[in-house]
This record gives sequence, structure tokens and C-alpha cells, in this order.
Amino acid sequence: MNEKTMIEEQHFSEIISEENICTNDNLVFERTETLIDTTMHYCPGCGHGVAHRLIAEVIDELGIQNKTIGVAPVGCSVFMYNYMNIDMTEAPHGRASAAATGIKRVMPDKYVFSYQGDGDLAAIGTGETIHTCNRGENILIVFINNGIYGMTGGQMAPTTLPGMKSTTTPHGRDVEIMGNPLKITELIAQLPGVYYCTRTAVNNPVNVRKAKKAIMNGFKYQELKKGLSFVEIVTNCPSNWKMNPVDSNVWMEENMLPFYPLGDIKVPKAEKGE
Amino acid sequence: MKELKLMKGNEALAEAAILAGCDGYFGYPITPQSEILEYLTIDAQKRTGMVVLQAESEIASINMIYGAAGTGKKVMTSSSSPGMSLMQEGISYIACAELPCLLVNVVRGGPGLGTIQPSQGDYFQAVKGGGHGDYKLIVLAPSTVQEMVDHVKLGFDLAFKWRNPVLILTDGALGQMMEKVQLPDQLPRSTEDPDWATVGKPKTRERNFITSLHIEPDQMQEVNLHLQKKYRAIEKEEIRFEKFDCEDAEIILVAFGLVARICHKAAQLAREKGIKVGVFRPITVYPYPYDELNKLADQAKGFLTVEMNAGQMVEDVRLAVNGKIPVEFLGRMGGIVPTPEEILLKLEEKFVGETV
Repeated sequence: MNEKTMIEEQHFSEIISEENICTNDNLVFERTETLIDTTMHYCPGCGHGVAHRLIAEVIDELGIQNKTIGVAPVGCSVFMYNYMNIDMTEAPHGRASAAATGIKRVMPDKYVFSYQGDGDLAAIGTGETIHTCNRGENILIVFINNGIYGMTGGQMAPTTLPGMKSTTTPHGRDVEIMGNPLKITELIAQLPGVYYCTRTAVNNPVNVRKAKKAIMNGFKYQELKKGLSFVEIVTNCPSNWKMNPVDSNVWMEENMLPFYPLGDIKVPKAEKGE
Repeated sequence: MKELKLMKGNEALAEAAILAGCDGYFGYPITPQSEILEYLTIDAQKRTGMVVLQAESEIASINMIYGAAGTGKKVMTSSSSPGMSLMQEGISYIACAELPCLLVNVVRGGPGLGTIQPSQGDYFQAVKGGGHGDYKLIVLAPSTVQEMVDHVKLGFDLAFKWRNPVLILTDGALGQMMEKVQLPDQLPRSTEDPDWATVGKPKTRERNFITSLHIEPDQMQEVNLHLQKKYRAIEKEEIRFEKFDCEDAEIILVAFGLVARICHKAAQLAREKGIKVGVFRPITVYPYPYDELNKLADQAKGFLTVEMNAGQMVEDVRLAVNGKIPVEFLGRMGGIVPTPEEILLKLEEKFVGETV
């Protein structure tokens, strides 16, 4: 390194340092404390990371890290406890809402949420999902629907669209053989125990903000002991849909969202006029 | 002396749970143990604030236990054979995650839907694993309604001492029969959170998470080695058994639970006929009293194991004796309880020669 380069290096490091960049004047955002600073195992373009982030942001904004217990499912988000800086339990496949029930019942003043994929919540765990909702457990269920089994490598999920290809429906889902996709969100919305039920997505900034609002609502209703809040997040699965992230988001908008339309399915009566 | 009460086994156990300061019970009705849930729904919540919840299935109840046990509270569930089969996946998770909790199996006859009559057919399931993977429950086998009571507090104590699920392995007869019991004093519910519990992460500690997922083989082996080390320590410290008239016995009846009491009567009948018979009763069937039985094999001519199954614990008795003396077996199945007379007959047939 010659003298000139050395001087330039020195000059450079003087200008660009953490203190120089982040000052009290220009600091508008801090790292989400409840999200652990680590590399996630999710595939590029996957929606899980954003969904985790939103939950973490809401916990930070409400200041309830010390009062929140999460329940991770079996599926791609099985390692959620590696990313969330809160106390968590990793439940058996499909049983996250039962585990959440157990936690909430013995600690009714804590915030409890389960985070479950479509196979976990709407196939193997359908019974637990329906009865947890029906009892009106005062918890939040975050339901990630990408229409496929991610962790096991792309098999048909209960939410796989008609005609959609998966490793177990290589010719496309034939509803004559496999039945129709289960719209479990609409199904549980009928139950009196469910206080709030909405479907969101995290494919663009507008939807991300809406999803965050929904998660925020879920925690707030829990504070008010209103009963069960259910937030579905429709997401993509680039790897198992065998698309790049951008294409998968386009495909999602064109195919998933017409079948799983975004918006509130059940909102508290008083808020309907808003 | 404390007041004696006449209580049904299942109800006495439920009362003992309230008195032990249990924080939560999650269960599903199944004969012959539904009285436990029924009894708790009367006023447990009012008396101690204990949570009592009827789940939609045994699968749900064991996973409610999994979640609640993770908070470090004293929680329990109960069921009977087919229901326990449904719980096995959850129990395996709980054992791997090392969560303390109390399980009760009021065993009925099987396999399949079977019968609602008493049986000991779930011995293998209880002590050899039941669910997937290498794990052990601490298994207590009460033989009286009084022990159904005493094993509740003992069960919670052992569960928390070892961070391990404890199973009370009883049967439909003990669950349904009425006997006099002395109830213990009311203990407080949990007041402190263990340092591993998922109760909400304060700034002052790292997050707690409960998982049985260890995807790297090295890691999974470490967890297994740790569990096995714990089980060896449990085997050293927690063996419980009862000997009755064994000092001079030439023939020893080996039985657990209710059957041991029938063996007492059979031993008495034998002694009246001049045959020196004793009774050995394991109280913990895991850890199993192998060494004690092995020692007894040095003095006795033979063992007769009596069970309400096709021959399950007898395998452990044979392991203990290791071929030193003959180990015979008498088993009744399908909900039939052996009588003292048939035990005596078998004993004479095997060890005394031709009966009159």
C-alpha cells in the first residue's frame, strides 16, 4: 500500500464511521430488538422473514417482550425460536394452538401467539385449530398460507390450489380425487370464540403495513381479553413453486389472491363503521 | 392422626392433585378414569385457582400439558389405555424437552378399544418408551387408593427434581374401588418460575426456548447422552419397592400394583399350607429394582410373576434374575383379575409338584 492509498484509506474511515452516519439528527429507525441479528434459513424471497419481522416490530412497539410467549410449528418456521428474541416453545406438528392454550391458561396475563403454516394448521392440526378457536382462547394465531408443504419439499397442502402442481400432485391438484382447498380462515370465522379474523399478505409495502396492523390488532385484543384473533398471511414459496422470487409474487397475485382474497373476514362490531 | 375418608381411587387422586397445589389439569373423558376430570371440575378452580380444562382429544390435552409444563407450572393429565396411546408423540416431545409433568394411566384391557375392565397391559408402553426415540418416564405403580393419593405429590416432586415426566401407572380396578385414605395438607400452587421456563423474557436473561429439535447428528447425540446420563442417575437414586415376608421365603411372588395385594393373600394361603412364600412389589417400575430381585434370587428357589397381561413385567424379572432360578408366569387378560386361589394353584404346580 503506497502512501497515497494509505492517506485515502484514513480519510475514508474518518468520513464513513458509525458515528458519522448515525447521528441524533438523522436517526429514524433502529434495529428491531426482538428480532435476533442472525442469518435466517429461509429461501430467498420467502415471506416468513417479513412475517417474523412484523411480529417482532409489534412486540417492540407494544413493549411486551417480557410478557410474550410464542409457539412455533413444525414446518419451515420450526426454527422460529432462533430468530425471535422472546421465550418460545416448538410444538409437535399441528399442535401449536393446543400448546398455546396450555401456556395461556396457566398464565392468562401473558401474551401468547402461535405461528403455523398451512399443513400444520389446516391439515394435521385442523382439530386443534377449530377447537382452540371455538373455545375463544385469548391468543393470537398467525397462519402462514403458501399453498404447499415447504419443509418436506413441496407436497400438496390443504390450501394447494386446484390444478396446482406439487410433488404429490405432479399433474396438478385434481379436486375430484383430492378435494378442494380448505379455506380454514373463512371456516373458523364462523365460530363465536373468534373475535377478529383477517387475511393479509406480505408481497408489497402496502400489504406489509396492513399485515402489521392486523398483528398489532391481534395483540391489542389479547390485552383486552377479547378472545381469539386469527391473522392469515398469504405468502409465496419460490423454492417449491419453482419460480424466482419476483415471478412467485406475480403468480401469487394472479392465482392465490383471487382464491384467498385479502381483507377482514370478521372484525369487532364496534369497529365495523370505521 | 388425620381423619380417614372413604374415597374412590380416581376421586382420591383428583383430590390429591388439588391438595398438591397442581396448577393445571388438561384431560379428555375416557372410562375408567373420567371421574378425575369430573371431580376436578366441581370446585378445584374455586379452591386453589387451579386451571381445569376438558380438551377436545387426548392429543390436544398432552400438547396443552406440553405448553403449560414449559412455563414451569405443576400440570397434569390423565387418561386410560387408548387415550394414552394417542398421547405418546407428545410425551416423547416432553421427555426430550425435559419438562416436568404428571401423567396418569388408569389402564384398561386391550389391545384396540378393548374393555373398560382393569388390566396391566400397558406396562411395556409405560416403562419401555411408548413413543418414539430413547426416553424414559419415571413410572410409579400404586397398589392402594392411599398410594394413588401419595404418588401425586411424590410424582410432582420427582418430575421437578429430574425435569422429567412422571407416570402413575394404575388400573381400572384401583381407579374405581373405594378405600379409606388419609389426605395430606393443602400445599400452595407454584410460586416461583424455574430459570428454564417460558414465561416471558426479561432484559436480565437470555430467551428460553423449549424444543426437541436437534437437526445436527452431533447435537442430537449430545442430547441423548445427556438424557441417558440422567436416566442412569434416576436408576441409582429413585428405585422404590416393597418386600413382604421375603426373609425366609423359598418362593417369591413378584407383582406390581393391585395384583401385589392379591399376591399377599396367596402368600398367606401358601404359608397356611406350610409353603414359605413372600411377595416382592416394585413401586417404581421404571427405574426397576433389578438388583434387589437379583439378590433375592440367591435365596429363593423360584419366582412367580403375576400380572394382568400376557407377560410384560416378567421380562424385567427374568433380566434381573439372569437365569439363576426359574421365573414362572401367571397372567390374566381382558379385564380379568387373578384370584389368590389360582395364584396358589400355579405356585404349587410349578414349585411344589403335583397338587392334591
